[in-house]
Amino acid sequence: MTNPKQPSSPGTIAEVRKEESMNLQKQMIGGHYQALERAPKEGRKVVYTFVPGNLTELIRSFDLLPVLPEINALQSGMRKLSGGYIAEAEKSGHSEDVCTYVKCDIGMMKKGNISPTGTKIPDPDLLLLSYTGCFTFMKWFELLREEYGCPVAMLHVPYQADGTIHAHHRDYIVEQIKTELIPKLEQVSGQKYDEDRLKESLKLSAEAEDDFVHVIESAKNVPSPIDAYFGGVFYIGPMFTAFRGTPEGVEYYKTLCAEIDERVRLGLGPITPDGEMTEERFRLVVEGPPNWTSFREFWKMFYEEGAVFVASSYTKVGGLYDRGFRHDPEHPLETLADYCMGCYTNLGLPSRIELLQDYINEYKADGFMINSVKSCNSFSAGQLLILRQIEERTGVPGGFIESDLVDPRYFSAANIKNRIESYLQMLEQRRKTGVAS
Amino acid sequence: MRPALEEIVGRANALYEDLDFGAVTDWKRRNPGRKAIGYMPIYVPREIVHAAGMLPVGIVGGSDRLEIIRGDAYFQSYICHIPRSTIELALSGRLDSLDGMLFPSICDVIRNLSGMWKLLFPDRYVRYIDVPQNFDARVGGEFWRREIEALRDDLVVLGGEPITDDALNKSIAVYNENRRALIDLYKARSEQPWVFPTPELYVVMRAGNVLPPDEHTAMIRAYLDEAPREDREDKDHSRIVIVGTFCEQPPLGLLRTLERAGCWIVGDDLLLGNRWIETEIPTEGKPMENLSQAFIEHSTATASRYDAERAKGESLIQSVRDNEAEGVIFCAPSFCDPALLDQPMLVNALDREGISHTQFKYSEDTGQFGVIHEQAGTFSDSIRLWSEV
Ligand code: SF4
Ligand code: SF4
Repeated sequence: MTNPKQPSSPGTIAEVRKEESMNLQKQMIGGHYQALERAPKEGRKVVYTFVPGNLTELIRSFDLLPVLPEINALQSGMRKLSGGYIAEAEKSGHSEDVCTYVKCDIGMMKKGNISPTGTKIPDPDLLLLSYTGCFTFMKWFELLREEYGCPVAMLHVPYQADGTIHAHHRDYIVEQIKTELIPKLEQVSGQKYDEDRLKESLKLSAEAEDDFVHVIESAKNVPSPIDAYFGGVFYIGPMFTAFRGTPEGVEYYKTLCAEIDERVRLGLGPITPDGEMTEERFRLVVEGPPNWTSFREFWKMFYEEGAVFVASSYTKVGGLYDRGFRHDPEHPLETLADYCMGCYTNLGLPSRIELLQDYINEYKADGFMINSVKSCNSFSAGQLLILRQIEERTGVPGGFIESDLVDPRYFSAANIKNRIESYLQMLEQRRKTGVAS
Repeated sequence: MRPALEEIVGRANALYEDLDFGAVTDWKRRNPGRKAIGYMPIYVPREIVHAAGMLPVGIVGGSDRLEIIRGDAYFQSYICHIPRSTIELALSGRLDSLDGMLFPSICDVIRNLSGMWKLLFPDRYVRYIDVPQNFDARVGGEFWRREIEALRDDLVVLGGEPITDDALNKSIAVYNENRRALIDLYKARSEQPWVFPTPELYVVMRAGNVLPPDEHTAMIRAYLDEAPREDREDKDHSRIVIVGTFCEQPPLGLLRTLERAGCWIVGDDLLLGNRWIETEIPTEGKPMENLSQAFIEHSTATASRYDAERAKGESLIQSVRDNEAEGVIFCAPSFCDPALLDQPMLVNALDREGISHTQFKYSEDTGQFGVIHEQAGTFSDSIRLWSEV
């Protein structure tokens, strides 16, 4: 169990603070989309890049604004816009078989690139292809390059097949940053690379990362004060997107930490869209991204049964901070290299399994669930073996659900609900009959 | 068929059909103590394996002849077919003759399969081969040299013998011969596709997955000599290039169907990894640097490779021009992200040039070709009609 940090005063503060962090995040995101909309008028340049291995600190050190197409896609999913965008992309020749994030983004672009909050997203001045943990990223930005005709900076990040960062892997990334990324960022921004500025930003990253880890590890408490999957996707928001290395990012995680500590102190469970979860009946670890088109409905299937996710792999796609990684301002380019290599989907299957196994033990989980999404080979290929191995190694039974990220055609609510219910019943049965988990 | 040709093609066919990799077992029997190393699509530097005195064995799934009993339990329905048949081959003991397996970076499925292999076969040698996507010699080239040196060092440990530069240079020379023979074969087919029908060319080429390279080169040369002696007539077929077949292989029946439907295949990306380096590699000097440089400077264009220099579709269009093709058939495995995401860009490039195209998907175990026959036939007719106008 973790100790609450900076204990707060009792009373209704928790409620007030809850809104504070949520509002803060909302303001930050809204402000970012507005800044993007103003960018062309103000002469600011825009860089599109991906969440895993995103080099936000580096991009921002050139006063450039990052856009993360995956975030636009998932937000479109949550706002029920993705189905139309995907149809648009398929109409223009994209296969029904491929990743729907890509199609959602292409469809959104064809419909004018209006952000999920209604603002216009400017065209990219540079596509920073952080090629980390997913081969589809390359195809995605090749497609965008065709559409926008803008330059691409490729950053190829070697895979951690054996769970080790090798010296030549790190050197390779650092060399690419020096010879490919920095020159292109300088060219687009018209500014010289400023290492001191980058270091300052990395210092802020590390500070926020400490607080972020404190938040996700709060789920070791019983009851857990957070849902580390459905709630977790909000907590990773600023860290995994445009706000790492910024004062707003630091502020956000400080506020969030205080709120969560307060919940721990009061022995409260997680907040759900229907209010606070009062009884924690099942503690689950989950592998795979959530479904976005029916996000609330999906979450509800768990919380109404008293099931809370105490750890998830999805919230590690932007870095494994809870396993000790911190951005290190003293070695700015090397730390960016290590960061890129350590993202969850860049890890070999044996490392992924070990991590999940550790989560089950450390977070005292009584169940393990995989949400296998059709879109994502990076996550999904091999998940059936992950399931077996986890069951064998921990004795915890696994549940398997299939859905998709943003394609509403692949979320079959009745089937999924059935599966979840029978899985949780089985867990309950085991508990009653005393079968060790 | 004349006996000499029948012997060559019959042998190639038998090798293709042998799901137990008997050729590998035979080789090991003839070379006691030597090891065999499997590799998956797309590209691995086979020269290094060869220089270690080992047999590189290309594994490209189980085609339509393998019954999948266990493999399906490892993969969801929306993942392509090659990983499940490959797992099936291994779990059924058919790959027991392999002492190791190399998984080059082509896509997330093969990448993750490398980890599955480690978990399922913990006592076998497994290596993921991360080919660079940066083609600057000082950056990607340097990385690649160190990556393949790591492979070499692994094989030294596995084989228990040093791999000398001399041995590497000799192996490079052996594979240069093989590359040259394949280039000649493709050129010959392009000139007279009725003399070198693709279903035949394919099995001859594929024999290289299990034969030692010098033996394979001899087979290609013999085929190049013998096929023209056969009395084969040109037909009123269209000339097409197929694209998308670089990893999971189409069943032989599909290639036959295309030809029966009136298409001469004059260009393709079948088993592309074996033709990845487009020139000869120097056989003197520092072999690891030469291998690395060849990759950086002379890699072929395909969906799994990032190309900062050339526009999308440029090399496909070049292939259409070089082979005097009249159209392109996109023929990709179902659920293959690299091939299917590449396709819209290639389609645009072809449209800009006014090159006709059609598309369909397959799986390596596709057994019904009626629809494909009809589609390819209509496509071929339409091309010929246009060329007459
Ligand atoms: S394949 Fe997976 S990781 Fe890659 S873009 Fe699609 S959803 Fe993201
Ligand atoms: S067929 Fe395509 S998706 Fe499947 S393993 Fe090969 S490259 Fe990957």
